[in-house]
Amino acid sequence: MQRSDTDPRLMLLAADDSVYVLRDQIAQGESITVQGRMVAIPQALGLGHKIARRAHRPGDKVVKYGAPIGSASTDIAPGEHVHTHNLKSDYTATHTLEAARSQAETDQEIQS
Amino acid sequence: MMRGWQRNDGRKGIRNVVAVAYLVECAHHVARQIAGTDPEAAHVIGFPGCYPNDYAQRMMERLCTHPNVGAVLLVSLGCESFNRYRLEQVVRDSGRPVKVLTIQNDGGTRATIAAGREWVAAQASELATQPTVPMAVNELVVGTVCGGSDGTSGITGNPATGLAFDRLVADGATCIFEETGELIGCESIMEARAATPELAAELRASVEKAARYYATLGYGSFAPGNADGGLSTIEEKSLGAYMKSGQSQISGLIKPGDIPPHGGLYLMDVVPDGEVRFGFPNISDNAEIVEMMASGAHVTLFVTGRGSVVGSAISPVIKIAANPHMYRRLADDMDINAGRILDGGATLAEVGEEIYRKVLALASGEKSRSEDLGHQEFILTYKSFEPIGPACLPA
Repeated sequence: MQRSDTDPRLMLLAADDSVYVLRDQIAQGESITVQGRMVAIPQALGLGHKIARRAHRPGDKVVKYGAPIGSASTDIAPGEHVHTHNLKSDYTATHTLEAARSQAETDQEIQS
Repeated sequence: MMRGWQRNDGRKGIRNVVAVAYLVECAHHVARQIAGTDPEAAHVIGFPGCYPNDYAQRMMERLCTHPNVGAVLLVSLGCESFNRYRLEQVVRDSGRPVKVLTIQNDGGTRATIAAGREWVAAQASELATQPTVPMAVNELVVGTVCGGSDGTSGITGNPATGLAFDRLVADGATCIFEETGELIGCESIMEARAATPELAAELRASVEKAARYYATLGYGSFAPGNADGGLSTIEEKSLGAYMKSGQSQISGLIKPGDIPPHGGLYLMDVVPDGEVRFGFPNISDNAEIVEMMASGAHVTLFVTGRGSVVGSAISPVIKIAANPHMYRRLADDMDINAGRILDGGATLAEVGEEIYRKVLALASGEKSRSEDLGHQEFILTYKSFEPIGPACLPA
């Protein structure tokens, strides 16, 4: 199932998945091979994170474990990090501390 | 060699502990002082609320007559609304020694602690002399939760736990998975495993209820650490969590406190019925562990990616580390390193077998890591449930 022209740290969980899962971390600025193409990774990624296997248009289902895990909210190119910034739940929105922190900073700026 | 303590209701316990139960938060300190800090002596459980709640009453009755419990001390302040008379009767009817201390009538904090310690010490030495009987795998009830999940949980620890569940179910054991809020997105694949079409409809309805409930609250069952660990959406977390259930046929749908009638795989519906009233269904992982214990779980398999360290009162918890990096930081807290699946150190099948063996070892007297470290977390809050429908437990 795993293509040899793809970095071995990218794991494919099911045949029709649209994302890979990292079995190890990737350092910031590293270039990795995704289906024969070199892709630069702009930020460090921990294991368990997802990399796009194919191009997604906004609204396209993102597929992992052979099942949809939500919809793309922006264009996603193969090799791009897929996470809360470009993937939205089809059920309830995801709450992150990042969002809470930037909201707190915004509130601070408004007050000062 | 698996062994247990025979109870009058036919079940066997893999532990034989004294439970010290506070019946309102106001009695918690006294209960804690009675139990002391020695995890061998007694386990503290309890309900903090002063207002009556049928669910909490039922849960406390189930927990005080859990097969791992040999004797029960109830600690009441005196003016709370918890029905201590009925709880005492239920424990007495189960054949267990039971005593009620009421702080307002028994001379306050110091005198109640002294009386409680004396009773607990006498019971503990009595329990230590009770003989055990051989126990078989098909007499075990095993629950599973995942907590502090990350992107590794669903590809290492959870599917390995699913394999252990398959093995246990094949041996006739009773296995319980739960948190319908973390099965959102799995309805279709899950209902295909139901024993009957009517049960399939009940399974789907339980997840749809969870989706409505969480939508009202405005948050899914999803913590910021889940996202740091690479999980993006509730349905992604769900699919990973679902892996814990393995591949067996689903025999029934139960609610907290329902005792599964025979071996097999059961889904526990933990989301309250009716209007959203008391807030989040389970405010943290231990609330889920407590509910599975109320349905008889002897052991809980707890898969963690970020690194939860909790254990539980009454029933030991097996900690399964999904993430190899976390395992290196928290090895002392973890029973199983499922992260080896990622760096090539083991296959899923090998880790599944290791988990299965660990369950049997605990039922033979071995201690889990959290048990040995003295973890006895416990939490019980308000809920309300309707009884399960007739389609939930097909014959």
